[in-house]
Amino acid sequence: MNTTPKRRWPVIAGSVTAAALILTGCSAGGGESSDAKTITWLVDNTENTITYAEKLAEDFNAANPDIKVEIETRPQGGDGDNIVKTKLATGDMADVFSYNTGSLFQQINPEQNLVPLTSEPYMDNVLDSYKPVVTSGSEVYGVPVGTGSAGGVMYNKKVYEQLGLSVPKTWDEFMENSRKIKDAGIDPIIQTYQTTWTSQLFVLGDFANVAAANPTFAEDYTANKVKYATDPAAIKGFEHQEEAFKAGLFNEDFASATYAQGLEKLVNGEGAHYPILSFALPEIQVSYPDKINDLGIFPLPSDDASKNPLTVWLPGGVYLPKSTQNVEEAKKFLAFIASKEGCDSQTEAVGANGPYLVEGCDLPDDVPAAVKDMLPFFEDESKNSPALEFLSPVKGPALEQITVEVGSGIRSAKDGAALYDEDVKKQAQQLNLPGWN
Amino acid sequence: MTAALKRYGVGILAIAVTVVLFVIPLLFMALTAMKDRREANKLEFSWPTNFALIENFQEVLSARRFMLVTAFINSTILTVASVAIMVILAAMVAWVLQRRRSRWNPLINFLILSGLIIPPAVVPTIWVLQGLGLFKTLPGLILIEVAFGLSFCIMLFRAFISTIPRELDEAAVIDGCGPVRLFFRVIFPLLRSVIVTVIVVQSVAVFNDFQHPLYFLPGDANATVQLTLFNFQSQFTTAYNLLFMNILLITIPPLVMYLFFNRQIVAGMTAGAVKG
Amino acid sequence: MTTNTTVAAPAGRTLTAAAPKRRQRKSSYPYWFYLPAALVYTTLFLVPTFASFFFSFTRWNLTEFTWIGMDNFVQFFSEPALLKGLTNTFIYGVVTSTLKVVLGMLLAVLLTSQIIARGYLRSVIFFPVLLSSIGVGIVFTVLMDPSRGMINEALAVVGIEGPKWLTDPAWALMSVAFVDVWKGVGLATVIFIAGIVSIPQEYFEAAKVDGASSFKSFWNITVPLARPATATVIILSLIGGLRSFDLIWAMTKGGPGFTSDVIASVIYKQYQAGFYGLSTAGNVVLFLIVTAVIVPLSMILNRKEVEA
Repeated sequence: MNTTPKRRWPVIAGSVTAAALILTGCSAGGGESSDAKTITWLVDNTENTITYAEKLAEDFNAANPDIKVEIETRPQGGDGDNIVKTKLATGDMADVFSYNTGSLFQQINPEQNLVPLTSEPYMDNVLDSYKPVVTSGSEVYGVPVGTGSAGGVMYNKKVYEQLGLSVPKTWDEFMENSRKIKDAGIDPIIQTYQTTWTSQLFVLGDFANVAAANPTFAEDYTANKVKYATDPAAIKGFEHQEEAFKAGLFNEDFASATYAQGLEKLVNGEGAHYPILSFALPEIQVSYPDKINDLGIFPLPSDDASKNPLTVWLPGGVYLPKSTQNVEEAKKFLAFIASKEGCDSQTEAVGANGPYLVEGCDLPDDVPAAVKDMLPFFEDESKNSPALEFLSPVKGPALEQITVEVGSGIRSAKDGAALYDEDVKKQAQQLNLPGWN
Repeated sequence: MTAALKRYGVGILAIAVTVVLFVIPLLFMALTAMKDRREANKLEFSWPTNFALIENFQEVLSARRFMLVTAFINSTILTVASVAIMVILAAMVAWVLQRRRSRWNPLINFLILSGLIIPPAVVPTIWVLQGLGLFKTLPGLILIEVAFGLSFCIMLFRAFISTIPRELDEAAVIDGCGPVRLFFRVIFPLLRSVIVTVIVVQSVAVFNDFQHPLYFLPGDANATVQLTLFNFQSQFTTAYNLLFMNILLITIPPLVMYLFFNRQIVAGMTAGAVKG
Repeated sequence: MTTNTTVAAPAGRTLTAAAPKRRQRKSSYPYWFYLPAALVYTTLFLVPTFASFFFSFTRWNLTEFTWIGMDNFVQFFSEPALLKGLTNTFIYGVVTSTLKVVLGMLLAVLLTSQIIARGYLRSVIFFPVLLSSIGVGIVFTVLMDPSRGMINEALAVVGIEGPKWLTDPAWALMSVAFVDVWKGVGLATVIFIAGIVSIPQEYFEAAKVDGASSFKSFWNITVPLARPATATVIILSLIGGLRSFDLIWAMTKGGPGFTSDVIASVIYKQYQAGFYGLSTAGNVVLFLIVTAVIVPLSMILNRKEVEA
């Protein structure tokens, strides 16, 4: 190689500089020295999550000056799921990480990848109703972060006042209200299919009604004994979405509207109902702080006025991967998250958007009106049911595409439900559940 | 008369069409990046009533503890290093492959084609990188980019090497050139114009790549520019001004590079280096 | 003037006189030139790829796997979105590569002729190549918004009601294909320009002397002699089109529903959902399909060129 002349070849010269840069790049990555230990925490990259995560890290560091928590982020949705799984499989996970509970939690092989927390003293602070969704086999693996929330119909109270409507208890009343709203020139039901996940609420948020009609549905569903397409209560969610589309009750731009636009429509009173998760509240608080109390929430109604339960979502968990080198420090941090101080720190950062699942955590009096609407349902167990994904590991990945099709009139409710039944099969087989092969 | 008509008529028509198809969308992007949040979200093609260029710039730059700055440094190193390596290795392969016929050629050609066709196998690749101690390092990602960029470079180089007359090689060999000298001294300079093309295209590809960094160089301290866009997309869902500002900022380096090489592309071509 | 894009090296044939001498001089083209590239390519591409092919016969959750034989392939072909995805993949590949070849060729002729503002035109057409797919996706999703987007507002001014570009099942795929062409035509143009510039001027001069019209010299000189460039553009854009993923993902995510799904997006969704074995099987299928299209095609393009 020494015959290579040096002049005339800027590219070669470039590669020499490049090599030098590689070296500097290398050495820049390695430097870390001080007495304080640093642990890393992987969270999703929504504004809300980052805000409370940074606050938690800061308050924890104030209480434990020798431990610093560094926030790492990952995308949400399917990409995020993949990052988490890849990191776990390659032993590259942060010291602690936040992730979903329920069905997605079951997919990350908790027994193989996570450190059990069952006998940790701070687990006593965690409410028993939460533990099942972070349990695999006989061990508990996570502490809750964030608050419980609901999947229901968020509505504009101002519009209801103006038109003299009252909160519907049955589907027929809901449709009746919607027609009146339409006559008043307001979009009755907001749908935002550009953000595909939002299309699933008619189905997912209806689950409390399914469970009320058929208390063993979740169990039977896991065992492949009931199907969405054939269970008369379960198919209702698909049918309601189809019915609402056919009645022309959606905003005109439902196909191209985004989640953010949907919230804007609701807040401004351009639309009256938005079936959505109450996760939306902190975002509304940031973007439209003066209008947050114009919004309320009610359960997706069924045909049975006597029950009318709310479908609730349990908060995500924070887990400890086996790969961490800083178990002690990480556990201290988990203890902080699962304490009253931890809740207060979150409330201070993003406000309280639902009940905490940690003992002794109170909500301030000035919670948003929609949270006040939700609380009675949370307090009475007969008036709520966790969403299906917290009761059964079986959840198909294509539901959001299917509900977009049903809600756009591309596919019928019956077809959609049948296709979804087909879709969950892969998931069940992947998890090796009995009764699916 | 008709020549002038053609020269100006077609030219003006082409200018008009490109303004509508290319300039306006880009202008829209730039204008939106200068607006404040409320105005930007109207998505109108209008002159900003309230200039927020500086504020948007600062906000995007300082978001997530100046992640964008780190990202620019990382992406620059990544791009420069991987493209430099890619160009040299690919040119060497292409030259021998084009000049020397052997029964292995079909297999090699097939492997090269596979590189264009097969998407990366993420987890096994991470295992290999971990085995080499290169996972989560910039050199590791550089080599990944090289591996996935080689095929395209080899194809372009080979196409152009075939236009270089073999007599040139032979003359050089008679003058006593060994293969290394022959290649670096005679062939490589002749490839200048195609090298510029490859550099431009691959720099853009590497700089704009987001899947490989996402998987093979995780962690915010290691972010590359496309990952910032990916992050901001979910963080700024309701702030098109910031999103577009980010797009604008991360488009500047490829643009500068293009402006820098633009003359050389033209010069290299008119010099007739590929005419043979 | 023989340029090949794949398989075999025909250049030797044109130099029959040199052929016998070549034997003694093999060392001028040493095999070790392959070595550095082969090392990187084998370790970081071939090895992981073959490892993943193994997993296509398993049910795999990254930490453990069960051998299930051909089940993944059966499952893959019974995906509800697959038939649609398969059709869409071919439509998308053919539409984008045809448009890139035709428009790229025309633009290249235009930009090598004596028109005004060549520098501006060349730059502006090439500029989108510099943008990232995600960026382009975001910008065009905004521009193509059916009610508020600039495109439909502009059409409304002249009295046309624009289609719902990305949300009408009939339009979604084509809309993304248009954006793909918008973004990629600059590269095709550059390759064509390189091809046209390398055609010796004497041909055009001779044609002019013979009184050939400019269309005639385009058809009889430019088109045949720029064939290597054409072959490169066809191969690259067809592979790109058949495999295309990022733009579709950035703009429609395969939607609305499954209507603009292509094979690559079906595979990606399976991957996202954690069906790693299944999605690897999908990758194998996609690889076979693309190979089945590209290899014969490149041989045909290559053969014709040798005859020419």
